[in-house]
Amino acid sequence: MTSTLTPVRKRSALTKGQLPKAAPYIVLAVALVLAAAILALIGFNPFGWAVVSAILFTAGLTGWSAAVEGSRRAKDRMVTCLVVGAFLIALLPLVSVIWTVLVKGLPGLMDPGFLSTSMNGVTGAFDNKAVEQGAPIVGGIYHAIIGTVLMTVLATLISVPVGLMTAIYLVEYGGDRPLARAITFFVDVMTGIPSIVAGLFAAAFFFAVVGPGTKTGAVAAVALSVLMIPVVVRSSEEMLRIVPNELREAAYALGVRKWRTILKVVLPTAISGIASGITLAIARVIGETAPILVAAGFATSINNNVFSGWMASLPTFIYTQILNPTSPSNPDPSNQRAWGAALVLIILVMLLNLVARLIARRFAPKAGR
Amino acid sequence: MTTTSLTKSRGAGHTGDKVFSAATLAAGCLILAVLFGVALFLVVQALPALTAPADQIQGGAGFLSYIWPLVIGTLIAAVIALAIATPVAIGVALFISHYAPRQLAAGLGYVVDLLAAIPSVIYGAWGVAFLAKEISPAYDWLAKYVGWLPIFQGPASATGKTILTAGIVLAVMVLPIITSLTREIFLQTPKLHEEAALALGATRWEMIRMTVLPFGRPGIISAVMLGLGRALGETMAVALVLSSGALTASLIQTGNQTIAAEIALNFPEASGVKVNTLIAAGLVLFVITLGVNMIARWVITRHKEFSGAN
Repeated sequence: MTSTLTPVRKRSALTKGQLPKAAPYIVLAVALVLAAAILALIGFNPFGWAVVSAILFTAGLTGWSAAVEGSRRAKDRMVTCLVVGAFLIALLPLVSVIWTVLVKGLPGLMDPGFLSTSMNGVTGAFDNKAVEQGAPIVGGIYHAIIGTVLMTVLATLISVPVGLMTAIYLVEYGGDRPLARAITFFVDVMTGIPSIVAGLFAAAFFFAVVGPGTKTGAVAAVALSVLMIPVVVRSSEEMLRIVPNELREAAYALGVRKWRTILKVVLPTAISGIASGITLAIARVIGETAPILVAAGFATSINNNVFSGWMASLPTFIYTQILNPTSPSNPDPSNQRAWGAALVLIILVMLLNLVARLIARRFAPKAGR
Repeated sequence: MTTTSLTKSRGAGHTGDKVFSAATLAAGCLILAVLFGVALFLVVQALPALTAPADQIQGGAGFLSYIWPLVIGTLIAAVIALAIATPVAIGVALFISHYAPRQLAAGLGYVVDLLAAIPSVIYGAWGVAFLAKEISPAYDWLAKYVGWLPIFQGPASATGKTILTAGIVLAVMVLPIITSLTREIFLQTPKLHEEAALALGATRWEMIRMTVLPFGRPGIISAVMLGLGRALGETMAVALVLSSGALTASLIQTGNQTIAAEIALNFPEASGVKVNTLIAAGLVLFVITLGVNMIARWVITRHKEFSGAN
């Protein structure tokens, strides 16, 4: 008798007043079609299509939700749209920058001798010839790579001992003393020093000590150290603080001196994090332009001596080639070189970031319990 | 009473202990000395410009009338950057901390950090080669339809190399700084507060508005201040993007200049009093950013003491 009952499809009272699960997809499809239609009237471009669709989608979903679910749910859906939209907006410049550097940089990188020659003796006449007669673009970034490597290495040699020792002081000796708190505070403040001011400081210091107009790779290295030290201190300090205290106490219990405990127990435990922090700090200063421009000038020829003479670096090379092309009437070859250098620089920075991540993961300390 | 060998402190390695702790202390003091050295040497080298007769300074009217248009220009560029970057950064931070699927969140955070890794000179090159060109039609549109506002007064720059473009590039550069700091703060919101709000029937946005945002407010403020410090001192993006000139109210015409870009453009070829003038300009920039950063750090440390998170 009961088998004749036919199941009636009825929405449960619990899900009443809710949009169906597929609602966002439906609204998205409608928004895409509508936006395409609107843009077809005023001229189509993909960027405008995306923007108009996003606006229509947000408005449509919010409106539908307001009608069915009430204003609270509608507001929630609108904020979700805005938050996701903010993330997509943030991705735009990243994708655009990397795309621009790749597309414009590859031809520059393909120039013969781009990585193995300097700009010594390259004049506007060569560039004019390259544009007018199709001659190959000469000149390269060898001198800039040498300069970048030398100055960064010197800056690292200055910053790492000072930064690491300071971090050890803060964690192992400083405690809650006023001096330790002052150092922590001023290290934080130092991270905010504008890079050009760091360059000016180094320049002003050497002008006063060595003589006016002293611009060498070493001056730039000092400027870079001012920017690098606080980064090294902060990352090393964080890493030293997570070394479990039991390890230190075990060493003390065996009668090991404090300094040997630090060197043999604490530092090896935290070394992966410290190394990755230092790599990130190098990645940060390798792209600095302003301090080098102020402190080392810019050179067009190879200079292997950081203690005398102007020095080029990749960032200053990019900057001067764009702003003051070798041949003012035909800036295209200069631009091509600049973008080639930009590609090399971005690859260097990304590699350093990758290496830092790998170090951090590979040699991560065993979690202490 | 004689000291036994156990309590005697002259064991092997005692000197090592002393030397090592002294070395760490010296390193810490060196950092303080460097910071004061920065201030000291800037002041010493800036003094000749401050005391020089007015007609020797560039512009011929003394240091003050040379520096104030630059200060205003710096502030304009920084304010544009923050006005754009702050809402987007808070949105991105919320997306990563509360909206994105858990497995994706760490990866997305890394993607945003990549934005911070790109050197500033590349942003500048991108701004001048790509953004300025793409955005100049929008400036024409602004000049045509909202040109009655002084800040959008036409005729718009044909190259797009304006202070507004520079501000947008700066916004891209400060975005990852504000995002990563606010994200950390949002993640520290006590879980019990969030769950209590949700249990009372709040929607996700209501939960965020009632628990995450009030908890994170000091953090947001200090993150924005740190972003401001970066935007004020950023050099290359402005030096490359902006085609500089005298102070103008319109954001879409060429003109205006920031302190940092002024130094970068002129320092390499400067000599004599000009060097001192530029160093004095750098001192002004240093003082401004130092003030902004100290306030930001002070807000953060005060927040740490009061928050229940630690």
